[in-house]
Amino acid sequence: MVNIGDSVKRFDFDDKVQGRAVYTADLWVEDRIYAKIFRSTRQRARIVAIHLPKLPEGYEILDYHHIPGTNRVPIVYDDQPFLAEDTVNYYGEPILVVVGKDRDVLRRIMSEIMVDYEDIAPISSIEESILNPQGYKFADGSNKIEYTFTKGNPDIHMEGGEKSFVDSFNTGYQEHAYLETQSITCRVEDGNIIVHGSMQCPYYVVEGMKKAFDLDESRVRVIQQPTGGGFGGKEDYPSIPAVLCALAAIRTGKPVQLVYDRKEDIIASTKRHPSDISIKSYLDESNKITAMDIDIKLDGGAYAGLSSVVLQRTMFSSTGVYNIENLRVKGGAYATNNVVSSAFRGFGGPQSAFAIEMHMENIALALGLDPLEFKKKHFLRDGDLSCTQGKFLNGIKLDEISASINETSGYSLKRRSSEKDKELLKGIGFSIFAHGCGFTGAGESEVLKPKVRLVKYSDGTLEIFVSSSEIGQGTQTTLGKIVAHELGVPLERIVHKYPDSKFCPDSGPTVASRTILIVGGMLQQCAIEMKARWDEEEIEIIRTYKSPKELSWDNEKFIGNAYPEYSWGANVVEVHMDPATYQVEVDKIWTVFDIGTPIDLKIVQGQIEGGLAQGLGYGLMEEFRIRDGVPMQNSLTTYVIPSSKDFPQPEIRLIENPRKYGPFGGSGLGELPTVGVAPAIASAVQNALGKKVSRIPVTPEYIKELIDNGN
Amino acid sequence: MEINFTLNGKRVSISTEPTRRLLDILRDDLGLTGTKEGCGEGECGSCAVLLDGRLVNSCMVPAFAMEDKEVLTIEGFREHQRFKAISKGFEKAGSVQCGFCTPGFVMAAEALLRQNPHPTEREISEAIEGNLCRCTGYNMIVEGILTASREGDGLW
Repeated sequence: MVNIGDSVKRFDFDDKVQGRAVYTADLWVEDRIYAKIFRSTRQRARIVAIHLPKLPEGYEILDYHHIPGTNRVPIVYDDQPFLAEDTVNYYGEPILVVVGKDRDVLRRIMSEIMVDYEDIAPISSIEESILNPQGYKFADGSNKIEYTFTKGNPDIHMEGGEKSFVDSFNTGYQEHAYLETQSITCRVEDGNIIVHGSMQCPYYVVEGMKKAFDLDESRVRVIQQPTGGGFGGKEDYPSIPAVLCALAAIRTGKPVQLVYDRKEDIIASTKRHPSDISIKSYLDESNKITAMDIDIKLDGGAYAGLSSVVLQRTMFSSTGVYNIENLRVKGGAYATNNVVSSAFRGFGGPQSAFAIEMHMENIALALGLDPLEFKKKHFLRDGDLSCTQGKFLNGIKLDEISASINETSGYSLKRRSSEKDKELLKGIGFSIFAHGCGFTGAGESEVLKPKVRLVKYSDGTLEIFVSSSEIGQGTQTTLGKIVAHELGVPLERIVHKYPDSKFCPDSGPTVASRTILIVGGMLQQCAIEMKARWDEEEIEIIRTYKSPKELSWDNEKFIGNAYPEYSWGANVVEVHMDPATYQVEVDKIWTVFDIGTPIDLKIVQGQIEGGLAQGLGYGLMEEFRIRDGVPMQNSLTTYVIPSSKDFPQPEIRLIENPRKYGPFGGSGLGELPTVGVAPAIASAVQNALGKKVSRIPVTPEYIKELIDNGN
Repeated sequence: MEINFTLNGKRVSISTEPTRRLLDILRDDLGLTGTKEGCGEGECGSCAVLLDGRLVNSCMVPAFAMEDKEVLTIEGFREHQRFKAISKGFEKAGSVQCGFCTPGFVMAAEALLRQNPHPTEREISEAIEGNLCRCTGYNMIVEGILTASREGDGLW
């Protein structure tokens, strides 16, 4: 390992390729029993009565009365019950836990449970919530969580007589579709609850256990097993199956497995927030945007959960990579009787990136200007302030990024000559975007206070103890490399196992593109300290995160550094459409990213390629819809994710731009590739059709609608 | 009913329900958990095994169809020389992330290379179309199989 970026063999490679990695469903095959969740089949109803069948010996049915502590999932807004009480508020909401030895018997019992419901008029969409604010409300008594922030003086310009442009955009749900469904096993040992599970954030699960069972932290132990993908879907959600599995384990005294089948996972687990975003821009005589007015509405679903934080990120991302001097951003996350919306790779960023990028292109086209030149004119540059008036700590390289992607893709030339390709339904699109890395505002130092622990043993082995999970993104390897590289020891000397709350301090959740930047940065600091004490036989170093002094944040007014750091990127996508079926084929993808210093080039490539595929799926094909409260997609046959034949290999370039505070100059990457690609593809379709694309996914049905009626 | 078949080169005889899924027989009855369940409806390929040399989704194979068949799972195949070539290819190409789909892709690679030891990228993409991966975007898996076919030239 000469350079930190040189690729190494992943720590988890051998176990995974050989099929030896023990995922949650692979545990305790011999002596486990099973739990299943009985769910609501109504969108919104009062539970009048529950009729239980006669149970065979060794089988039990549990409801919310069996939860001894607080029947609420602890996460930002503690409003979601683990098990429904007197009402259900979305289709698929958990009501009962059925536990026993034989899964066929459990299925039979489930089919014999009868619930008498009394339907309550539901709120099914953002529009319905606006029309009828009393119709359905979050636990705090409001039908929405809302914020507004401003920069400069938006009103002066909005009242003026300058040119203005308005667009409205709409984005749909996205399902995580990790290959391993939600999976938990739990057993009770000497009165202590031991949870093994598929998860991103072991300490969120610890918190859930403490609340639900009224237990001291010392009585709860949470261990992450190898996890078959997360993408945000295993951030907050696993607390629910974990508590329900533990409930069954406590009740029966046996080891219990709770593994979702695919259908219930798609129906009941969280989704990416659908959004309605409108943007109005005011331009002066030189066609420079002087002010912007942005309105964001998200469908939060039945419980508020993480929606406030997702909404904040959607708002803080809403001006994209542009310097807007005068700005007003309003946002609302609405209560509806739909599945709970929550974290999904990008966390509000993809919705905003789609809206702002399409809006900027639309203004340019309306003015007869080159969209790339128009965007460049508004790029954030060194010395500019972010939309929340924060200073950027590092040099901004948007000009370099756009020049690089233009050079490698030939975008400008192709775009100019694309007029003649319209009959062939060929198009090319461009997007440029950023993603804030780390928790919002001062969250890292004031809310999370993350800790890491690094130990040197007498035999010279080093062990990393953090709660950051390995969910496929390579955390075990990249954090190991940071420590080894700083200490100058061979990578083989580093031990980095899956997190276990008994040994690993709370390093914060594995979310928000924060693991390399924040946790990796702290581990590097540990290694530096260890180097100075290297002669000691055994060393243990525990560090708590301290925020750089240059950062500031006002959490009331939303003024300051919304994120500790940013990563940046651009995409160009070429497409053509089948003139008969309107199926969009992606012919070529280019991408240029500035992620500071890459910590492992192969892992970086994997994150980029996989993130792009997920973003292309979001932009083109992944459709999850709820009709009359019932999800219309409930399998991998009806919820279609990309297959091996859908997209070509992207051409990837990285811009070197080491960060001041990231380890070896590294910054975040996990979310960035998914954030920005949908607008590139929508822009390519728009270019091919000569019609405005204002919603994603851009399905053949939508394209037909545009060809028939679009403008 | 009593079912006799060959599993990873050894004869086995089990007593089970005729409609029990091969996937459950492997994972729950025989403890071979390298084969994963991703969807339970033949859509994702995480449970792929070779049945008489053909790639099948074990969630779609009932016990009664197993009589006298030969089953190869990741546990049997990983002992094979050809597995080493596929493993090397996957390592070099970065084909593995969360790993849940990986055993299925390894079996799909073996099924393809048995039929076509020198596939093109397009042929590989087509051969793995029945296996879903949510982490990689597939190109690094295609590259891994291509690398395996070169590394293991002569093994298939």
